[in-house]
Formats: sequence, structure tokens, C-alpha cells
Amino acid sequence: MTTATRTARRPSTLATLWRSTVGKKAVMAVSGLVMLLYLVAHMLGNLKVFAGPDDINGYAAWLRTIGQPFLGHEWFLWIARFGLLAAVLLHGVSAYQLSRRDLAARPSKYVHKRRRASYATRTMRWGGVILALFIVWHILDLTTLTVNPVAEEGHPYQNVVASFGRWYVDVFYIVAMLALGFHIRHGFWSAAQTLGANNARRDRALKLTANGLALVLTAGFLSVPVAVMTGVVS
Amino acid sequence: MSDYSDYRVGEPIADTKAPTGPIEQRWDQRRFDAKLVNPANRRKHTVIVVGTGLAGGAAGATLAEQGYHVVQFCFQDSPRRAHSIAAQGGINAAKNYRNDGDSIRRLFYDTVKGGDFRARESNVHRLAQVSVEIIDQCVAQGVPFAREYGGLLDTRSFGGVQVSRTFYARGQTGQQLLLGAYQALSRQIAAGNVEIHPRTEMLDLLVVDGRARGIVARDLVTGAISTYTADAVVLATGGYGNVFYLSTNAKNSNATAIWRAHRRGAHFANPCFTQIHPTCIPRSGDHQSKLTLMSESLRNDGRIWVPKAQGDTRPPAEIPEDERDYYLERIYPAFGNLVPRDIASRAAKNVCDEGRGVGPGGQGVYLDFADAIRRLGRDAVAAKYGNLFDMYERITAEDPYQVPMRIYPAIHYTMGGLWVDYDLQTTVPGLFAVGEANFSDHGANRLGASALMQGLADGYFVLPPTLNDYLARNPLPAVPTDHPSVVEAEAEVEDRLNLILSVDGDRTPDSFHRELGELLWDECGMARDEAGLRRALARIPQLREEFWRRIKVPGTGQELNQALEKANRLVDYFELAELMCLDALHRAESCGGHFRTESQTPDGEAARRDEEYGYAAAWEFTGTGAAPVLHREALDFEHVHPTQRSYA
Amino acid sequence: MNLTLRIWRQAGPDAPGSMTTYQVGGISPDMSFLEMLDTLNEELITLGDQPVAFDHDCREGICGACGMVINGQAHGPERTTTCQLHMRHFQDGDTIDVEPWRAAAFPVVKDLVVDRSAFDRIIGSGGYISAPTGSAPDAHATPVPKEAADTAFEHAECIGCGACVAACPNGSAMLFTSAKVVHLNVLPQGAPERASRVRNMVTAMDAEGFGGCTNTGECATACPKGIPLPSIAAMNREFLRAARG
Repeated sequence: MTTATRTARRPSTLATLWRSTVGKKAVMAVSGLVMLLYLVAHMLGNLKVFAGPDDINGYAAWLRTIGQPFLGHEWFLWIARFGLLAAVLLHGVSAYQLSRRDLAARPSKYVHKRRRASYATRTMRWGGVILALFIVWHILDLTTLTVNPVAEEGHPYQNVVASFGRWYVDVFYIVAMLALGFHIRHGFWSAAQTLGANNARRDRALKLTANGLALVLTAGFLSVPVAVMTGVVS
Repeated sequence: MSDYSDYRVGEPIADTKAPTGPIEQRWDQRRFDAKLVNPANRRKHTVIVVGTGLAGGAAGATLAEQGYHVVQFCFQDSPRRAHSIAAQGGINAAKNYRNDGDSIRRLFYDTVKGGDFRARESNVHRLAQVSVEIIDQCVAQGVPFAREYGGLLDTRSFGGVQVSRTFYARGQTGQQLLLGAYQALSRQIAAGNVEIHPRTEMLDLLVVDGRARGIVARDLVTGAISTYTADAVVLATGGYGNVFYLSTNAKNSNATAIWRAHRRGAHFANPCFTQIHPTCIPRSGDHQSKLTLMSESLRNDGRIWVPKAQGDTRPPAEIPEDERDYYLERIYPAFGNLVPRDIASRAAKNVCDEGRGVGPGGQGVYLDFADAIRRLGRDAVAAKYGNLFDMYERITAEDPYQVPMRIYPAIHYTMGGLWVDYDLQTTVPGLFAVGEANFSDHGANRLGASALMQGLADGYFVLPPTLNDYLARNPLPAVPTDHPSVVEAEAEVEDRLNLILSVDGDRTPDSFHRELGELLWDECGMARDEAGLRRALARIPQLREEFWRRIKVPGTGQELNQALEKANRLVDYFELAELMCLDALHRAESCGGHFRTESQTPDGEAARRDEEYGYAAAWEFTGTGAAPVLHREALDFEHVHPTQRSYA
Repeated sequence: MNLTLRIWRQAGPDAPGSMTTYQVGGISPDMSFLEMLDTLNEELITLGDQPVAFDHDCREGICGACGMVINGQAHGPERTTTCQLHMRHFQDGDTIDVEPWRAAAFPVVKDLVVDRSAFDRIIGSGGYISAPTGSAPDAHATPVPKEAADTAFEHAECIGCGACVAACPNGSAMLFTSAKVVHLNVLPQGAPERASRVRNMVTAMDAEGFGGCTNTGECATACPKGIPLPSIAAMNREFLRAARG
């Protein structure tokens, strides 16, 4: 008379993932890691600014030729852009849905307030919002050049120097990069935890890696505006 | 009304269900004789199970697996919290995995002897047989027993037994076994085969036409009183140690379910058989709400002592060696600190009564590890007892590596309970009692690691086939909800709660409970004598009368009201305490946990009087404060011959 | 010791609640936190006031019944259950805030009592091994590597008190659920139901209205039994594996 309690038909893998908090969090983790990989490449590319205008402008031109002749001009770039857009959207939508759920799961707060968790952990949501706004500005400034004071197509060096010549852009950029550092510091370890890559033995190493990545990326990205501000790059 | 202690002796009672014949074959024979319910018809039978501990959880899960519709109750917020969870040591089973000479017969023998020859042989033999299957069952459920490096189960010897037959999961065996049963039960709840009512307390038994047909229960959250009907009722509600107020039981463990069943006709057997555990942490003051057990294994390496002089308040380190009395080693040179539980307990009481006790109130003795630390090293002692030392330090703020532990005996287990036959059926047809709630297997004293064994044996393996037989043999027409018995039982429950609420006196339930507990501890605790028991029997009715004049319970009955729950349980404790004292008074012998100072050997050991008291005492209720009727069940010992134990 | 207590009082599930201030005196440092509340309740009853309702049972740290948030911390300042927290960890004259577990999935029943039945339903959804009574092979039929047995035990120690949910800013039950998933999935006996167990338990957990995990680690810090944070990673691994296959 024993009755099984399982459902007869199992939903698809994607549905299982998207419908559960654990699966959705995994979507966040994977999309976050995709963006993180991109950021490492982006940061390394940025450093070419120190080699002078020809170097970085040439690098920018080369990016448009990757995969040729198999791919057409700028195809790779567009593929990457769509991939990144998908990652940003998946990351953002998951974050939004999970956050709504999390806030609803704890409707009443404790009367006795107490500081909880690390700064990086507590600022993931606001940090994410700052980064989302930054990405919009950043694309308008240095990709579409809509708000760039020079807006010379094919001359990123000149565009960058011009953009960082405005103090408020520098401030926004620095704030965003600090937010990025914190976001990665918690996000990388958190992704490992979410994807099940963490265990008691690896925990420390993963946290150190997260801190290292956060530090290197933040420093790397900040080096450019600082160089412009201090006149090292002009 | 006659005087309460003026009890009458009624017809002898006999267990008519156990087959005769070779003891090894009786359980097989009983299962074969039992009638079966057609599997297709089982879902038409409703069985109520009260309690979700080892016995109740196992019974509920197993009956539901077999196809019965089970309706189960617990007063806790979840079935996982039953007090079986707190058992530490382990569970015995005659697996003989060690090849050290163990066998079903040896476990049977040890248990009968350990029970000081006051248990039924047929039952105990069955327990030993079934013990083997319990371990298999629990391993299959995923109970994480301790294992050796080869992946096989580890065992240890426990409580002075010479074979290594105790399976364990660190110091949390009860927790792990209970979670196994709880998970099996949860599976049946999710499957819709068990209807669970947590935070619901049984307050009366419904008896219709002489059969147990349901219970009256109170929803502890809303206060609603409801009647639940069924074809049979199983009580798995544990022991009654909390009648003493201070015990190692959980705070809410209580005797109300078994006592209400007793009032409705179920005989109560051997209520004076209570077990006292020698190694508990002493009380730290009047605020003490419960006592915490420290594993008995500590006595393997710790030495027990008190100062030789009365009222010596020096810190232990300042008392020189020649002014210490290692009294167990002095009185029992052969066994020393490893004498059985009851002997160690009584010796501690004696030295404290002499004014040589240590710690607050002089109610404690030292358990000293200084020698063990010198001999084995601190690390070796920490490896063996580290978690216990930590627990002790958390509670007392004293470091047992530096200062000797203080211990004192405490009420721990009750061997007595509802009288049941071999089928675990009480004297009310259709009412079954399993686990600590019944009296069946431990006689006058329970061996270590046997409580878990009995609870699971009853629930998983013994009850299901015998209950089957009852359901198959008896016509059980549906009980209409407006049946006069239902209306009357509900009204009685409501009236009593309203009466408690209406007193509006000036004393709290706990203050009465503490007073009753102290009285029982003094007069019906580790050592009992006629004068003391008579004093208690005179005092209890006065306390009860005072209760009904002065009890104070704020709030109403239509809400979560924990003070009302306590007061209501107390009403039953008063009556139970009276019966315990009477039982102790009538049994003018010492046996197991029951020590009558009038009945001891010249060297101070318990002296059994088999000729006069070689029976189980089953008491019949006749009214509050009215003399009960004693029914004797003669005990025959065909396989294990009674001997007087000696540890000197 | 004399103390000022600020305790959450709420008459019923739908009644509004608030912090109420009480003064208690004569508190011994040897009292447990619950014995301190007993003392307060004895006074309240004598005054004809309703005592503070709180769940408790074994009072030795194993049943998991007790639990309250003390000065913003689940089970208070020591890593243990409330019943094993002693007053010696407070100072004379302290003001102590006492609140119930807070989570949408744990509605308040009265005062400090909350409804944790969601945990039972999570277990019912798959937190077991299907082994009907009587069907078991001999206990030694399948050896279990000691390491697996120890890992199983470490996770089976969970007492279901709910401190993890109370401490989590998202009211998440991930640590509770992962403790059971890891306990059973690491054992050979649990292998046949390994995938369905984790799928069904995560689904049940979500359905009960618990929040998701943001890896803050508050749960493991609050856990009186020391269930480690990487357990959650292990459950995630099991879940992703189950979702794929």
C-alpha cells in the first residue's frame, strides 16, 4: 500500500532551473562568470592605452577583424555584444526576480538592528544597480559615442582622453569601478558556491581568488582615468 | 469513601495472548495465529496514534505503509521533537557482529536479570529477537551509525555488559534513530496515509461499548476541543518521570494521556518502578527547571568522592588526599565506581544525607578526572570525553579538566506504565500502549541502551501484527459524532479546563509542581520507607485540595495558553503520585529501582522477596482519592532463575 | 542580576504585536535564558498577566523546539540553542531585546512562538529513504565508507530549530534543506532517490515561501549544530546534477 510521492513527468532541465531559486541563482552565476571573463579581457585591452594612441587604436581596429575571412567585418564583435547583452539581461532579470522573492520572504524586520554579513555581501543589490546604470552610460560614451565630447569613430584613445577630461565622468567611473570590485569580491566566491564548486577544503582558496580578481580588475580599470587625470596619458 | 491506602485485591490478571511452548518460537507462533486484514480493506480502518517518539513514529509509519489510515498526534510543534531525541548512549542488538559470544539468548538473559526478575519472559525474549531487525531497518533508512574504517558498523559495550552489542551514533543515538522514524513518518504524511495533528494534546480516551474508539484532544493553538474516532487507539506517549518536576525528561513530557486512559479502565502497572540515573549535573539553585544527564561512560575513568568531614566547604583542590572519601571504592572494592546505576545513586544520596555533599545545597558528589588525566594525559581524556566536558562547562561554567565535576542522581526513566498483554493491548480492548508508556519489558530496572531498542521494537515490529489481529477479529461499527459517550467525554474535558480557569487563586502551576516533585523525591525517590510513603500519601490530597483553591491561570481556554496546559497536567500528576506512593508502600520489598529501606541485606543491598512479590502489580482506578484495586499478574521464570545480585 | 527585557508580545497570528518592557530582578548567572524567562512568567502569572509564550521542550539543546532572537542574534550571543545559553553571558543592568524568528514562512503564532511546519513539509517532500519496515537487508550488506558515514552524521545533526532561517536576511531555508540532502545523498542507501530527493526538496522549499540564498553565510554562523556553509554548495551541486539528468 506504499504510495510513491513523485510527480509522474519531470519538467525539462531549463524549466527546472528557471523555476527554482537554486537554478535561477545558477543562471546568475553563469552569466556573471561570462561577464567576468569579458571584463578580464576588456581590462587587459584597456592597458594598451599606456602604449600610446597607435597601439590601442590598432587594437580596436583588430577587434573588428577577428575571425575573418570566415566571419565578416565586425561579426565577432556583434556576436560578443549579443552574448554579453544576453548575460546582462539574464543576470539582471534573475537578480530582480530573486530579490523580490527574498524581500517578500522576510517581510518584518527585527527591532534590534545588528550589522550582518560583509560590506561586499550587503551591497550586491545596490552595487548591481550602479553597475547597470554605468554600463548604459559607458556604452553611450565610448561605444556609440553619443555623449562623448570628441566622438571620433575608430579613435578610442582620443575619445577616452576626452571623456576622462570631465571631472564628473571620473567620479562616476571611479565609483562604478569600486562597486565592481566589491561585486566581484562576493560574486566570484558566491558563483562557485552556487554552482557547487565550493567545499570545505576549497573555501579559503576561492575567497582569496575572489579578492585577487576584484583587486586586479579594479586597479586595472582605474589605472586609465587616473592616468588621464594625472596627465600620464594625454 | 475508604482511605486511599486501604486498597482491595481483585482478581488476578493474566497475559492470555502469549503462546506457550518453546520461548524461541512464541513470537512466530503468535504472528501465525494472528488474523490478517485484507490489504484492500486496510484503508477503511482508522488507527489513532498518540505521540511521535521512537515507538509512535515507528508505529505510525509502519501502519501507514501497510495501508491503514493513521491519524497521529503530538503536542510538540513537529513530530521530530519527541523526547526520544535526547537519548545519548546507544541501542542494543544481539547481532553478535563482534563474535564475542553474544546471542539472542544472552540479551534476553541480561535483560531479565537486569530487570531484577520483574519482567515477563515471553516479552523480553521477543524484544531480544526483534532487536536484530531494528538495526537492519535503521541502516536502510540512512541512520548514520558509527562505523569502522572498513565501512562496517562499530559497537561498544555499555552499562557494565560484557559483550559489545551497543550500536551508536556518537552521543546522539536517540536523535538519529528518531529522525529515521520521523522521516519514514513524514513520507507517509506527504503521501496522505497519515493525517498529522501537531500542537494537539490528547486529554481523554473515548470508550464506546467497552472498546477504545477514539480520543478527545485540544488544539493547543486555538484551544478547540475535538473528538477523533477510530477503530483502535495506540498510546505512545512516553513515561511519567516529570511527576517529580525535576527529571531528565523534556519539560512538556507528561502523563496525561496514559492517566486519562487509566481513568477510563486501563490498568496501570508497577508505577513505583522508576529509574534514577547517577550521573546528572546537580541543580544550581531553586530556579532549576530540569536536569541534564551526563553519559554513564564517565564513570569508567572518573573517581567519585566527597570530603570525609561534614560541612567541608573548602574548594576540592585544597582537600588533601587523606581527607577524601572515595566511598564507592571503599564500600564496593570489587566494582568500585562501576557499580550499577541504582547502587551508585543510593550511595550518593547517603553521603549527601550525612551532610558531606558538595556544591550548592550540598546535593552533589565529585567525579574527579585528575587521576585519569595524570595517567592517560589530557589529550586522551579529551578524545574520550571532550564533548561531555564541553557540555558540562557550558552549563556550570566550571572546567572539568581543572576542577572535579559535580554530579547527582536524577529521575531518568519510568519502567512502570500501562499494563499490556503480549499483544501490547491494555485492559481496554482496542487500546494499545507502546514504548515507555507501557510496563512490559524492563521489569524493575532498565539496562542502558535498552529503551531505544524497546521503543523501536514495539513500533516497527510488534504492534503492527498484533493490531492487525485486533482489527480483523472485532466488529467495529462507526461511532456517530453525537454518540452520548462522545458528548460526555468532550463535556468532561471542557468542564475541567473551565474549572481550572475559574479558580483565579494566587499560586502558579509550577509552584505546585515543584512542591509535589520535592515531596515525591524525598519520600518516593531513591530510597523509600513506610513512614515516608504514608507521609506522602497524607500530604498529596492536601496539596490537591490546595490546588483547587489557589491555582492561578491567566487567559482563556480559547488560545495558546501554556499555563493552562501545565495546570491541567498537574491534576493528573497528583493522582499518579498517589498511586506511585501506594504501589511503593504495598511492595514491601526492594527490587531494581525500587528500594525499600526495610528490605535490605546486611551489607545494605536491595533484598527481593520473590515469594511474596514475584508479580507485576496492575492497578485499577476507582475514583479520585478512592482506594484502587490491585490485580496481580504472577511472573514465572522458566528460563532465567532468580538470583540475588551482589556487588560487594 | 537585574535586567530590563524588551520582549515581542503578540496575542495571536493576526493580532498586532509590539515590544513590551519588563524589569526582572534576582536573576542568577547560573540560570539558563529560558529559566530567566520562567522567572518572569511566574511573576506575570501571579500578577494575573499572560505569561510570555515560547516554545521549549528538552532544554538540553537537542530537540530544536526553542529559539528566539536575542539582541538581534538567533539564539543569542553564544553559538548554542537558547536553552543552553546561560545568563552569565550578560551583565547586571543589561537591556535585552527578545524577538521571535522572523520569516514569511514562519508566521508568528503567539509572542515568541512561530509555526515551523514548513520544515516538516520539506522533509516530507523527499527528506527520507523509502525503506518500508521489514524490507531491509542485513545491516552489513552494504559497507559505508567511514568518511561518508561521518559526513552523513555531521549533516544529520541538524535539529530543525530554524535559526538559519531566522538569521538569513532572505528568510532562506537552504542550510536546513541542504543538511538533509547531503545526509541522505552521501550514503549508498540514499543513492536510488538521489536526484528526485534534491529536486523535490528544493521545489518544496521554494513553494513554502522561503527566500533564495545570497550566500551571506549568516545561517552557518547562527547554526547551533555547526552545519557548515559548504553544505549549501553540495546541495547546489546535487540539484544541478539532478536537473541535467
